[in-house]
Amino acid sequence: MSAPALRFSVDGAPVEAKAGQTIIEACDDAGIYIPRLCYRADLPPGGQCRLCTCKVNGRYAAACVTPVTPAIAVENDTPELRAERNTIVEMLFVEGNHPCPFCEKSGNCDLQAMAYRFGLSATELTYQFPNRDIDATHPEIFLDRNTCILCGLCIRASRSADGKAVFGFENRGARTQLTVNSPDGLAGTDIATADRAAAVCPVGCIVVKGTGYETPYGERPYDRQPIGADIEAQRHPSAERKDADV
Amino acid sequence: MSKPKLATCSLAGCFGCHMSLLDIDERILELVELFDLDRSPLDDKKAFDSPVEVGFVEGGCANEHNVRVLHDFRKHCKVLIAVGACAINGGVPALRNPIGLRECLETTYAGGTPDADHFVPYDADLPLLLDRVYPAHEVVRIDYFLPGCPPSADAIWEGLKELLAGRTPGLPYQLLKYD
Ligand code: SF4
Ligand code: SF4
Ligand code: SF4
Repeated sequence: MSAPALRFSVDGAPVEAKAGQTIIEACDDAGIYIPRLCYRADLPPGGQCRLCTCKVNGRYAAACVTPVTPAIAVENDTPELRAERNTIVEMLFVEGNHPCPFCEKSGNCDLQAMAYRFGLSATELTYQFPNRDIDATHPEIFLDRNTCILCGLCIRASRSADGKAVFGFENRGARTQLTVNSPDGLAGTDIATADRAAAVCPVGCIVVKGTGYETPYGERPYDRQPIGADIEAQRHPSAERKDADV
Repeated sequence: MSKPKLATCSLAGCFGCHMSLLDIDERILELVELFDLDRSPLDDKKAFDSPVEVGFVEGGCANEHNVRVLHDFRKHCKVLIAVGACAINGGVPALRNPIGLRECLETTYAGGTPDADHFVPYDADLPLLLDRVYPAHEVVRIDYFLPGCPPSADAIWEGLKELLAGRTPGLPYQLLKYD
């Protein structure tokens, strides 16, 4: 006998979850997109980027690590949360160096796509222009920390999908940075191009050499459709929001 | 009624954003119906002599001359629009920012170790370089931003038309690009 569905609401609309699902899992199934940068459905959640922060019964909670419990009222797409998510994205841009015009990830980058989805024409926060290391030691995989948003996906992918421990963080707070499991840089690790960790980076920090700019401008994934559109396409037309455009 | 005036400048940019403006093809005929071109490298008018409705700013500020021009634009233009990655976040010229000005110059001109024969050029006619490249909005107030490198001709056209109609130029998804 399967466990009974849990009923809860998202922005006033009724949603059902399977027992044990997190808010983001249940919403993905229901075709409700919650913005996220550090979450992949097949990897353990990290709760790192905070973009999926919703209000659950009035209190902030990261949807990727918060399980659904019966009858919770989740706020997701509200002016307040939209504004806060905007600021998170803007902070990620100014904290690193993001030269989109010539970045290999452009058009296929979740951070850039999120800014497009939010309609962000520019940020007026002060650019930090940090001096970050690159790692070109590996013959096939390049590491450009300038764009790293410290989402932890590569760390989780390496551990749980590849059974390795290629990546980690070092230092704390504002000095946190991505490190690799060898004093000789990426070349000293056992990473391989077929690893999930080599493909999982949502930005242009981990790139497989020789693959850049393969897809022409105009045909890249986020040229075609906004990030999250695939999830929203699953939404059942009868799942109406009860409240008007909040 | 006289037409609104449009001024343009290229600060620390590559003129690509101006090229993209010209890339609107035959719509340029419509543009000259909508605007009179004022101070701009396109007509070589070098100074303002009256207030202007819209200032189109390409490039950020890499030197003191850029700062002077940008202040002049702010003073004379009712609305300033930062056009392109260079104006918005420094773009390619800002690649020097994380490295530092001295190291960049000494490496470029003197192999890292200046001596009597190898030194960073200096001349009163060379505009003084700033410590780093500043996005336009870090120097003056900017009213609107049109991202891209360059923004496509369609994006520029859309933005200018919206401005003229007194609306906030918000680009549709297909035209909002950072590259
Ligand atoms: S990682 Fe993404 S946001 Fe950063 S420069 Fe590359 S494309 Fe732009
Ligand atoms: S390298 Fe990429 S996947 Fe790893 S923490 Fe940085 S942004 Fe995330
Ligand atoms: S944004 Fe691009 S096209 Fe425009 S001035 Fe800068 S480099 Fe040139």
